[in-house]
Amino acid sequence: MENFNVFVPRLLDAREYFSAGHRACQGCGETVAIRQILKAVGRNMILVNATGCSEIFSSPFPQTAWHIPWIHVAFENSAAVASGVEAALKTLERKGRLPKREICVMAIAGDGATADIGFQALSGAMERGHNMVYVCLDNEAYMNTGIQRSSSTPFGAMTTTSPPGRLSKGQKTWKKNLPEIMAAHDIPYVATLSPSYPFDLVRKVKRAVEVEGPAYLHVLAVCPTGWRSPTAETIRLGRLAAESGVFPLYEVDHGRYTINLDPGELRPLKDYLGIQGRFRHLKPEDLEYIEERVQANFEKLRGKARMTAREDRKDRKKTGRPRPRQVKKAARSKK
Amino acid sequence: MTSKEKTWTWRDIPVGAVVEEPGNASEYLTGGWRSERPVFTPDHCVQCGLCYVYCPDAAIVMTREGYPDIRLDYCKGCGICARECFMSTFGLSCFEMVDEEEFR
Amino acid sequence: MSKRVGMEVSIAVSEAVKLADVDIVAAYPITPQTHIVEHLSELVADGDLDAEFVCVESEHSAMSAVVGSSAAGARSFTATASQGLALMHEILFIASSMRLPIVMVVANRALSSPLSIWNDHSDIMASRDCGWIQYFVENGQESFDHVLIAFRVAEDPAVSLPAIINLDGFVLSHVIEPHILLDEEEVARYLPPFRPVSRLDPDHPVTMGDFATPEFYLEVKKAQEAALRDSRAVIDRGWKEFAELTGRQYQAVETYKADGAEVLLLAMGALGETASVAIDRMRERGLSVGLVKLRLWRPFPAEDLRQALGDARKIVVLDRAISFGAATNPVAAEVAGLLYDAEPRPRIFNMVIGLGGRDVRVEDFEAILEKALGEDSAPGPVGEYELIGVRE
Repeated sequence: MENFNVFVPRLLDAREYFSAGHRACQGCGETVAIRQILKAVGRNMILVNATGCSEIFSSPFPQTAWHIPWIHVAFENSAAVASGVEAALKTLERKGRLPKREICVMAIAGDGATADIGFQALSGAMERGHNMVYVCLDNEAYMNTGIQRSSSTPFGAMTTTSPPGRLSKGQKTWKKNLPEIMAAHDIPYVATLSPSYPFDLVRKVKRAVEVEGPAYLHVLAVCPTGWRSPTAETIRLGRLAAESGVFPLYEVDHGRYTINLDPGELRPLKDYLGIQGRFRHLKPEDLEYIEERVQANFEKLRGKARMTAREDRKDRKKTGRPRPRQVKKAARSKK
Repeated sequence: MTSKEKTWTWRDIPVGAVVEEPGNASEYLTGGWRSERPVFTPDHCVQCGLCYVYCPDAAIVMTREGYPDIRLDYCKGCGICARECFMSTFGLSCFEMVDEEEFR
Repeated sequence: MSKRVGMEVSIAVSEAVKLADVDIVAAYPITPQTHIVEHLSELVADGDLDAEFVCVESEHSAMSAVVGSSAAGARSFTATASQGLALMHEILFIASSMRLPIVMVVANRALSSPLSIWNDHSDIMASRDCGWIQYFVENGQESFDHVLIAFRVAEDPAVSLPAIINLDGFVLSHVIEPHILLDEEEVARYLPPFRPVSRLDPDHPVTMGDFATPEFYLEVKKAQEAALRDSRAVIDRGWKEFAELTGRQYQAVETYKADGAEVLLLAMGALGETASVAIDRMRERGLSVGLVKLRLWRPFPAEDLRQALGDARKIVVLDRAISFGAATNPVAAEVAGLLYDAEPRPRIFNMVIGLGGRDVRVEDFEAILEKALGEDSAPGPVGEYELIGVRE
């Protein structure tokens, strides 16, 4: 692997697997995530892309932004297509039709393609135990079709199908907790990640590739177009989401919970919501309600981490298996 | 796409409309979308590379010397590089977003 | 050596899949397809077939998984019926557009509602425009043979299209018939290893399933349509070489006692065998009737059918599905279109028969044909049809 000598990109593959010239919006967080993820995996991969922004802006025939083998089939079935790809490689290698080699089969899909329409296919693929990595690029609404709400849209957010009005505060429901649902599938590895934390992201992607069996990665993909936020704030918003506890960075490695970024006291929610137009209509009491629930959820997560840490200490005495690296108290970003 | 592909008849379409040339989207230049241009001041640069890591458009490449080189053919002008520059913490961002009109 | 063995048709189909040395089977259970996939599971479980059986959570995922496996270069098979085919509908079009040579058996069954597990062709007729090669088989031997033929044709680089083998649910899928099986050596001579036109391969990265602006979509569709039409030559070659290997010759359209017949009956699938008994009986009585069987549904064998229907003045077209609210039903529509410029134009009687497993007896065919014999041959309105056996 060809590396740079400078300090931040040191851990990244210098090769670009997602070419410039793609048609993503200005400041697209999903694209930053894709670039980093591909660099973390490297060239030995096959990517299955669900219908959505990333599929559309990357593959206008006869052009492609991809430097890796890539397939798109439909909206709701990337997990099933990836199942087929994985099973094919396994069989063809076993039968000697292809040389044996480590190829990462990865599916990427948006939050609608994951939490809503593709939920069944995802659950099936995880349950069957295919050796694949499923990545949800969560921009919290159907951005490709024009910012309609999904079950992953956060409470209170304005979308084109959850507009605030005389009788409405925007999205009425709480964001579906996909990482926890995946953890409940008892798959080897589940993690939340954000391209605002490239070191954490790269480490988790590599871990997901390395574990035997299915891994689920849930990425917060900031969307300036849909969130009504300044394009330059994309990366900062990712940090604010983590620091405010709205999008906790954690991983569940073989059932063991680790919070990778626990700021101790969560950052005030208004820091995060304030720079997004989609929350502009919310009143102070709405923010209070959201903040309470975010806090409670974070506390629940801490509880899980403590509980599994106890189990882990017992276990480690027996097996000697090290736990994933834990970042303790992270300094709050100054910006 | 090249002009050759624009004149493709149905007989020229690859089986299954597969695109066989990886990364040929780079033939499409997105620089024209930009309303603000990042202007780089090398004096501030500590070669942190954050701009390279965070650029959504792979419009920043790192030179052998470890400095960012902006490919204006692709830069859409989002301003992430200027915002995320390590030196911006000290108010000394390596990039200044300048109205594109000034270059016309 | 070829041997003749009695077995259930579904089992014979699975044995053919095994002989094709399929790499991936992805399937979801649905009556009456189950015996096929159950037997395939056993073959995989016993190591008799070196394949992955992907037990997916829906037919939608079954079709999606074989799209993935075929794109990765694996010979891929699935089977379904009825609601399952309907659930696959979206992906059927994508599989053919992406030119992936998957082979699927559809054990034809009625569509809900009301729920019916019994046989008709409502399922496939709702998906007839999906761009797949589509065969209709009449008996167990044809079913067995066509699994091998379908793979051979589909995987031909000049074709590279998926294929559906329609076999009637229960009345064919669940009956025990004598089959002449092939051995591995014979199959190896007939069916070369799968060499995909393009494949998901990190050493030669390609982009599959891209999106197209109006500037290109039209050309892509024209190329796909041309490939399906041109597949006919490869299908004929596939049948011819299969005949050289086994002595069993198949054709797109087959006739039975059709020469010079005043009335011709056009049938598809397992009904053909019952109909031929009716033709025998009526010929014995000196009545001028004959049978035409349509084995290839897509690409539609227009010229063959035109020739087979020849000079008959009256044609009874059997449909096993209703095209609700349409000008006429699916098969009749094709035949009427085909004969629009025939001189003289024959009269078409459209009969919808055997819906939802309603029994079809030899006597029903005799009654239909006798009625047609008694009618005038002046062309009438095409849209009129009879729903055979309905209680008025």
